[in-house]
Amino acid sequence: MSTIPGLERPGPVPNDMTRPFWDACNERRLVLQNCTSCQRLHYPPAQRCDQCGSADNFQWKEVEGKGHIDVYMVIRDSRIRGFRSAQPINFAVITLDEDPGINFLSNLPGTPTGEVPVGAPVELIFEETSTGQLVHEWQVVT
Amino acid sequence: MVSNTGWMRDQEGLGLWEHRGKVAVVGWGQSHIDRRWDGVSLDRSCGGLTKEACLKAIADAGLSLDDIDGLITSAETRAEQTWAPRPYFDPPYDTEDGLTFTSADWIQRELGLKNVQYLKSDAPYIGPMMGLAAQAVGDGLCETALVWYPMVNLAGRYGHNNPANNSEEAPGPSAFTLPWGYQSGAMFNNLVIFQQYCKKYGKSHDGLADLCLNLRRNGLMTPWSYYALHEPYQLTREDYLNGRVIEEPLVIYDCDRPVNTCAAFIFTTAERAKDLRQKPVYVLNHAQNGGRGRSTMSTLEEHQEAVASLARKMWEGSGLGPDDVDIFNPYDGYLTFTQQFLEGFQWHGVKWGEAHDFYADDIRVEGPHPFLSSGGNNGTGRTRACLFSDSLEQLRGTAGPRQVTTRADTALAGCNTPDSNGFLMLSKHPS
Ligand SMILES: [Zn+2]
Repeated sequence: MSTIPGLERPGPVPNDMTRPFWDACNERRLVLQNCTSCQRLHYPPAQRCDQCGSADNFQWKEVEGKGHIDVYMVIRDSRIRGFRSAQPINFAVITLDEDPGINFLSNLPGTPTGEVPVGAPVELIFEETSTGQLVHEWQVVT
Repeated sequence: MVSNTGWMRDQEGLGLWEHRGKVAVVGWGQSHIDRRWDGVSLDRSCGGLTKEACLKAIADAGLSLDDIDGLITSAETRAEQTWAPRPYFDPPYDTEDGLTFTSADWIQRELGLKNVQYLKSDAPYIGPMMGLAAQAVGDGLCETALVWYPMVNLAGRYGHNNPANNSEEAPGPSAFTLPWGYQSGAMFNNLVIFQQYCKKYGKSHDGLADLCLNLRRNGLMTPWSYYALHEPYQLTREDYLNGRVIEEPLVIYDCDRPVNTCAAFIFTTAERAKDLRQKPVYVLNHAQNGGRGRSTMSTLEEHQEAVASLARKMWEGSGLGPDDVDIFNPYDGYLTFTQQFLEGFQWHGVKWGEAHDFYADDIRVEGPHPFLSSGGNNGTGRTRACLFSDSLEQLRGTAGPRQVTTRADTALAGCNTPDSNGFLMLSKHPS
């Protein structure tokens, strides 16, 4: 379960393209597709490189799991069942330090709702979803 | 040079549109509008309202049923749920077709249209669909197309009955967004970008108040609108600033209100348009954007480039420039992204970061900057079609109390979001 009280995250369903990503999450590792011909990271997973167009040069690369909070908002009236029981809840955009063009979503477990330190560093954690699949999350570095 | 998505004009470098000024919009019909379908009145169902809008559009154009040889619509009615498992009705209301969407076959049958040679029920939402219709007529797939766009809102809190929002699983691309509470691009990605905009330009949410109030004002001057019919009073600044928060800082008044209605339009050739009831409004170009950003959330810079590119495509295909656009009706559902269109098209000289200052100036229809004279979707209810119908009315000179006092020879209208949209350039003159 999430460490955020009341939150029941829908569980990601892996497909052929994304299974290595989600399997790695279950091992508490964050891996991104890296295009080896132009050294460009991709997230979410893509069929082909958005820079050089190549579809054959992707390798999964583990990244360090350090990022920063770009902007945030607070969800107060969600349409999603598993979030209605947890609102109000933070919703932040995290940029990856290794490549700030890559961004992730986060509910910032451990940060009181609405008290989000924009610009602060965050580190990778993992949380359980409704199906048991782990997902990557981020928490403020203290 | 053709686009790699067929009929779309979603690339730069396509040159002047080959059918520029050779296609015209000659009819418009708007059905009754309610907040929701009551589940009982079949004339107010999706099919019932579609029939009403289509017959009005045909009459407006001065055409007969036999003149229609093309039928174009979209199944993207935003019903967010099916009518089932609730029981169906007697034919023709015995399937989802007619209740949560209205297909071309359904309308062909129900209106008894005998001369239809082109049917398309899977067009995209209205922004690109209007471009598709113009292209279909220009390409000769049909001569006179009836084009309709219903918006469906059934009982229950909007979106709460959508199966995707009630599942324990997040399939496909939603696996990377839904587990963190992400819902829709308009609501979430564009709010994130609004936050980035405020951070970059030192702006804040209250900078949208003037736009919101003016849209409601224009909507109240639109006789068929949801607000004119059902809630005929002006919002105050205090109402706006104290609005119920949906996703902080987004309040309920930033969101266009889902309604149950249908709008229809008639497209035909400039040749056929010559002797019809209405002064033709010519299509000078259509353009689309269908990109997405690099990562999970598109960024402000990506959206700004998307709209700048859309503008370049529009100028290139229409032969017009920012100073030539008299009426400007970009999408406003939600209010948080309308500024991207305003700044990207540089309407009335507005540059990046200047939209809120522009809103605080005089944007009334009587004034020098009649932005979104339609009242948009915030002012009329989420029809999306109002952007096009107001453009038509302004160019015809029939917008009544909303008629602008500035020149109204050309109009630019479209939806939805900065990164995913379709726009039309309309003109009183074919060249
Ligand atoms: Zn590459």
